[in-house]
Amino acid sequence: MAELMKVLGIWLGAYFTLSIFSFLYKDNPFYKLAEQIFVGLSAGYWLIYTIYNILVPNLFNLLFTDFAHNWLLLIPMLLGIMMLLRIIPSAQWLSRYPIALMVGTTAAIYMLLSFKSDFLAQIAATMVNPFKFSSPVDVVGTILLIVGVLCGVYFFYFSKKQEGVFAIPSKIGIWFLMVSFGASFGYTVMARISLLIGRLDFLLRDWLHIIK
Amino acid sequence: MKADRTLIERRIVFLVLALAVALPLIFPLGLRTKGTPLTKKAYDLVDQTPTGSVVILSFDYDPSTVTELQPMAQAILEHAWKKGHKVIATAMWPQGSQMADMAFENVQAKLGQKEYGRDYINLGYKVGGMVVIQGMGRNFKTVFPKDTSGLNYEDIPLLKTVKSLRDIKYVVSLSAGDPGLKDWVLTAHDKYGVSVAGGTTAVSAPGFLPYVNDQKQLYGLMGGLKAAAEYELLMEYEGPASLNMNPQSVAHVLILVLIAIGNIKAWRKRKAALKSGEVANG
Repeated sequence: MAELMKVLGIWLGAYFTLSIFSFLYKDNPFYKLAEQIFVGLSAGYWLIYTIYNILVPNLFNLLFTDFAHNWLLLIPMLLGIMMLLRIIPSAQWLSRYPIALMVGTTAAIYMLLSFKSDFLAQIAATMVNPFKFSSPVDVVGTILLIVGVLCGVYFFYFSKKQEGVFAIPSKIGIWFLMVSFGASFGYTVMARISLLIGRLDFLLRDWLHIIK
Repeated sequence: MKADRTLIERRIVFLVLALAVALPLIFPLGLRTKGTPLTKKAYDLVDQTPTGSVVILSFDYDPSTVTELQPMAQAILEHAWKKGHKVIATAMWPQGSQMADMAFENVQAKLGQKEYGRDYINLGYKVGGMVVIQGMGRNFKTVFPKDTSGLNYEDIPLLKTVKSLRDIKYVVSLSAGDPGLKDWVLTAHDKYGVSVAGGTTAVSAPGFLPYVNDQKQLYGLMGGLKAAAEYELLMEYEGPASLNMNPQSVAHVLILVLIAIGNIKAWRKRKAALKSGEVANG
């Protein structure tokens, strides 16, 4: 039975993979069906997953087994119910309170950590003496890092018109930005090809058994 | 009715690209990749950590990115076990827990059986991202009172010495997005001082490069399939990532050729338009 289910799963996977790929030729009913099933299945999967893996172990089990030590969980439960009231127009306003609480706490948590990690630590990481390194590659790399950061930041300085001598760092900054966009594009191509490799590997290995 | 030439050309490109990926998968070309310092740094972090250390591998991805991240996870897990590290698997993504089980199973098939609860443990998925990591920094047990099989925290021998994140020697997050590696850097390293290395999908790798810096916010970074192949190379074996670098390399060459052809065509079109403009103006 398990073997049969495995084979069925592989055939279904192959069917849906080919249905999605068929969009590359043109829009068609196979693609549309696969797309709709994916959307519906994902929504159903997440609903069940949330209930059984988040709500049951973290809320219901704790409340039913040891209410005395976990009664504080009633507060997030109440906030969760208030969030769901968005579906009732007359009580919709109540959902604003849990949303406000979530936005506020998330912003506070991220603000503190981001300020330390993305601002202070990043500035400190740029304050490097390039000549402390013995390798010429590291020396040149560190100089490029410092010049790139300064010119890149200067490019986004709009309080003074950038002309004449003041336009030079800005132009250097554009070059650094272009190189970084190129690197991002290269990485993106690699990621997308990896996805294609994954799917073709599945079709050729698991479905057709062409690759052993 | 005349067919749209651009549409036909696009279909040809898709077909050629599919062939460029499929053929090297069937007939591997034996292309080898070369290591980079970013991957070497991650390798060194694992390599230089003493035997018996408790470490975390966080499986922050799902099956959609398995081609890139699973070979990475398995190579690091193999390395960690060979060095005698005790591995705790956590997951910031719901299906990460299954990805961890798959990695444990595959690496054990290669290295031999490891003892669950002593050599490794799967604590599973926890919702919350950064808040979960902060909780682990204060008290590990309150965040993960049980493992995925229902074992109580205090009954797991591997966790006897683990009270908080500070008892962990390093964290490697295999991350496909948010929550993931960034939360580990911001919290585990920058708040609790734990060494963090990461493996990401190629798409998100450039965004993490600034963290590999003098402050060692990130010890090493593995970006995409190529980095996974590099790690396999450092481990001296040819795994799935190394094999998949064959179609990857062929596809990259093809894309470069297509970009060149596209630019030549655009240049010729512009030149023809300029010429016809000059003729029209006399």
